[in-house]
Amino acid sequence: MKEIFSVNRDVNGSTGTSHEAHEEATDANRLIAFFVRVGVLPVMLVAAIVIFATMSSQFLTVENIVNLLRQSVYLILIALGQMLALVTGGFDLSVGTTVALTSVVSGLVMSSIVAVHPELAGVAIAVGCLAGVAAGVLVGLVNGFGISRFGVSPFIMTMGVQSIGFGIALFMTGGVPVSGMPSGFGEFFGFGSILGFPVPLLITLVIFAVFSFALNRTAVGRYFFAVGGNAKAAALSGIDTKAILLMTYVVCAVLASISGLLTTARISSGEANIGGALALESIAACVIAGVSLRGGIGRAGHVVLGAIFIRLVQNGMNLAEIGSYLQTVVLGVLLIVAVIADQLKHKYVTSAS
Amino acid sequence: MTDAPPIPLLELKSLSKQYPGVAALRDVSLSVMRAEVHVLFGENGAGKSTLISLVTGAQEPTGGMIVFEGQVVTLKSVREARRLGISAVFQEFSLVPTMTVAENLFLGDKPAAYGMVNRKDQRRRARALLEQIGFDIHVDALVETLTRAQQQMVEIAKALHANAKLLILDEPTASLSDRETERLFEIVGKLKSQGVGIIYITHRMQEIRRIGDRITVLRDGSYIATVDAQTTSSDELVSLMVGRTISEIFPRIAYDPSDVLLEIDRISTASGVKDATLYVRRGEVVGLAGLVGCGKSEVMRATFGVEKVTRGRIRFLGKDTTNATPKTMLKAGLFYLPSDRRAEGLVMSFPSRSNMTLSALRAKEQRSKAGWLSTSAERRTAQRLASRVGLAPGNVERSVSQLSGGNQQKVIFGKGLAQPHQLFVLDEPTVGVDVGTRSALYTLIKSLAESGAGIVVISSDLPEVLNLSHRVYVMRGGRVAAEFSGEHIREDAVLSQFFETGAEVEATP
Repeated sequence: MKEIFSVNRDVNGSTGTSHEAHEEATDANRLIAFFVRVGVLPVMLVAAIVIFATMSSQFLTVENIVNLLRQSVYLILIALGQMLALVTGGFDLSVGTTVALTSVVSGLVMSSIVAVHPELAGVAIAVGCLAGVAAGVLVGLVNGFGISRFGVSPFIMTMGVQSIGFGIALFMTGGVPVSGMPSGFGEFFGFGSILGFPVPLLITLVIFAVFSFALNRTAVGRYFFAVGGNAKAAALSGIDTKAILLMTYVVCAVLASISGLLTTARISSGEANIGGALALESIAACVIAGVSLRGGIGRAGHVVLGAIFIRLVQNGMNLAEIGSYLQTVVLGVLLIVAVIADQLKHKYVTSAS
Repeated sequence: MTDAPPIPLLELKSLSKQYPGVAALRDVSLSVMRAEVHVLFGENGAGKSTLISLVTGAQEPTGGMIVFEGQVVTLKSVREARRLGISAVFQEFSLVPTMTVAENLFLGDKPAAYGMVNRKDQRRRARALLEQIGFDIHVDALVETLTRAQQQMVEIAKALHANAKLLILDEPTASLSDRETERLFEIVGKLKSQGVGIIYITHRMQEIRRIGDRITVLRDGSYIATVDAQTTSSDELVSLMVGRTISEIFPRIAYDPSDVLLEIDRISTASGVKDATLYVRRGEVVGLAGLVGCGKSEVMRATFGVEKVTRGRIRFLGKDTTNATPKTMLKAGLFYLPSDRRAEGLVMSFPSRSNMTLSALRAKEQRSKAGWLSTSAERRTAQRLASRVGLAPGNVERSVSQLSGGNQQKVIFGKGLAQPHQLFVLDEPTVGVDVGTRSALYTLIKSLAESGAGIVVISSDLPEVLNLSHRVYVMRGGRVAAEFSGEHIREDAVLSQFFETGAEVEATP
C-alpha cells in the first residue's frame, strides 16, 4: 500500500497534469462532482419527502409543514452550536445535559420566586431565564477549559460533563419534574405567536441570523474554521486557538441552553430527563448537512436544513405510523450513511489535489 | 567508479511508466553496482518515486525492462521483489509501535507450523540480524519507545532480513537529527562493505558528498545524466536537475544593509538550541544552514514565539520580544513561513483567498464600509497578492488542496505580504516546488530585500543558501558553528562546518 501511495504523490506532484485529467469528466465523475458540491442532504431530503408523501396524505399539508418547522427549532438551535464544535474539530456530547440542567435550574428559580412573590411573574421569568443560561455558560466553560487548557479530548470531556450535569439535574430535583412556574412563561415562549408566527420560531430565526452573520462577517467567525481546519497554521497566523476553543464550547452550551428554555416553556415544567437523544440528533443533523467531522467545513444554513430533515423523518414516520423503536434505528442509519458520504467526499477531494 | 565490473547488480533499460494522460517515467536507463551508493537526484515529480515503485514491484512498468543480477525479471509484487533481494525503506515507517523490535522484524513472515510463532527462535534471529548490521538495540524493546533513528534502523533491518542485495532508501534522513544521521551513514557504509547495492534518494548536497558514489539525475520523468558524486559541483548538479544554469535560477540580490532588525543574544531553547547568537539587518538575506535537527529552524521558531526560550534575550526592532507570541510578533512585523506547508502553513479546507488573508482579517482592507468582514474586499486583496507572487488570480477561490505544491507555496508567500512586515523568516521556502515557482519566489525575495526588508532563509538546500545569502550562519548541534559572508560563502567551507569531523569533507576536491 505504502509504495502505491508514494507513487500517487509523485504523479500528482507533477505540475497540473492530474487536474487536467480530472477535467475530462465522465458521467460518473460528474455525478461524484455533483455530490461533492451539494452533498447528500438535498438528495436525502427529496427522497424523504417523496417517500412520506406517498405513505401519508397528511404529510404535505400546510398545517403539517408549519408544525414540522415549529418542532424543529429546538434541534436547530442545538445543531448550530454542535456545528461550531464540529467545525473546530471536536464535538459536544453534553448538549442534552445542558438542556436538562437549564430546564431544571430555570424551573426551580422561577417557581421559587413566584412561590414567595406571586406578583413578580415577569421578574421571575427574566431571572429564571438568566439563571438557566448561566448554568449553560458554566457547562460550556467547564468543557472549554478542559479541552483547550488541559488537552482533554472533546469526546471524553463532554461525555464526562454529560454525566456530571445529568447527575446534578437529578440531584436538584430528586428526579421529580419542577412545576409551579409562572403561566406566562409557557404562554409566551412555548405557545405564543407574534403576527401569526410562533415565538420559538421567531427567536430561532433571530439567533440564526446573528449566528450566521457572526460566522461569516467577523474575524472571530473565520477563526473557528481556521482552528478546525489546521490548528497549527491558525496559531502561526496569530490566532489564539485556546481562546477560540473555549468560546466554541461556551457558545455551543448557550445555544443548547436557549433551546432548553424554549423546551421548558413548551412543556411548562423543569425536567431532568429531557434531551437524551439530542447529542446524537444534532451531530447527525450537522454531518448530513455536510459539516466535516475532520473540522474546518460547515455552513449554518445547511445545518438548519439538516436539523429540519431529522425532524421531518421523525414526523413522516409518525404519520406513517412507524413506531418509535424503529425511528431510533433509522436515525442511527442516517448518521452512519452521512458519515460514509463525508468520508467518500473527503477521499475524492484529497485525491483530486 | 568508472571501470565498472562486467555485471551490474541492477540494470534498468528504457524503463517507462505511463499513467492515463501522464508519462511519469520515460525511457530511463541506469545501472547500480554491488557495493555502490547510487543517488537518485531530482525535483518533486521528476519520477524518482515512480522509478522506485517499479523496481520494488509495487507497480509494473509500461515499457522497458529490469535486469537484476544479469537476468531479466518481471516484478509483479513487492513480495516477489523482496524474494529476489530488492527491499525499500520509505519515509513513512511500516512498523507497529506497540510491538517489540523482534516481532516487527518478522511481521510479514509466514508463521511456523500450526500458525504458531516461535518466540525464542524469533528473538535469536532478530539478534543475529541486528548484529550483522552493527545495530545495538534490545530485541524486546517496544518500537514506540525508540527514537526516530532507531526506528529507521529497525526498518532497514526489516528490509534486509530477506537477504537484500539491493536496498532502496527514500530520503532516510528527512526526520533524523545530525547524530542520528551520522549513525545511518555508518550503517550504509557497513552495508556497502558487505556488497549491498544502495539506491539513495536525497536532495541534500551534504549527504551526496558524504556517502554517494554516482548520481543519476532525473527531470520531468526523463533520464538526464549519471555523474560522479565526488567531483560534480553542486552548481552543475542543480543545473542538471532543473535544466537551467545557476545564474538563471538565482537572481543577484543587491547588498545594502542598514540598521539591525533582529538581535538574538545567546539564547537556548528546550528544543535544543544552545547559546545561539546572531543578528539580521534590513536589506540583507541571511542564510541559516546545517543538518536536520541542528537547531537552525528552532532558533527562528523561538524568535517567532513558537518555541520556548529558556535562556538569553531576543530583541526585534529594539524591543525585547523574548518569548512573545506569534500574534505579537506578526503585529511587530515578523513573518514566519513554516517548513511544512501542509502541516503548519495552510488551512487545506480554505480557498487561497482565506489563507492569504488569515492573519490580516482585522485590517481595514478586508472590511466593508460598515466595518464587517467582506468577501469581495478580501477577494480584491487576495487578487492583488496573487499577482504579486505570480499566482493566477483566477486561483484565489480555489481550495488550496487542489493547487500544486508550487502554487501552495505562493499562497503562503502571499499571506506574508498581506500585511507589511519588516522581517521575513523563510523556513525551507522552496521545498517541493517546481523550478518555475522557485525562480519566481527568489525574485520575490530579491525585491523584498532590496526594498529594505530583512530576510532569513533557513534551508537544507545548500545551493539555495549559498546563492541567495549575503551572510550565512552554519549551525551544528544547536550552536552557531560558523558565520560566513560575501566571497567567503563557498560550498566546501560551509559544508565543512556541517559535521563535527570537518576534515574528512574538506579532503574532497
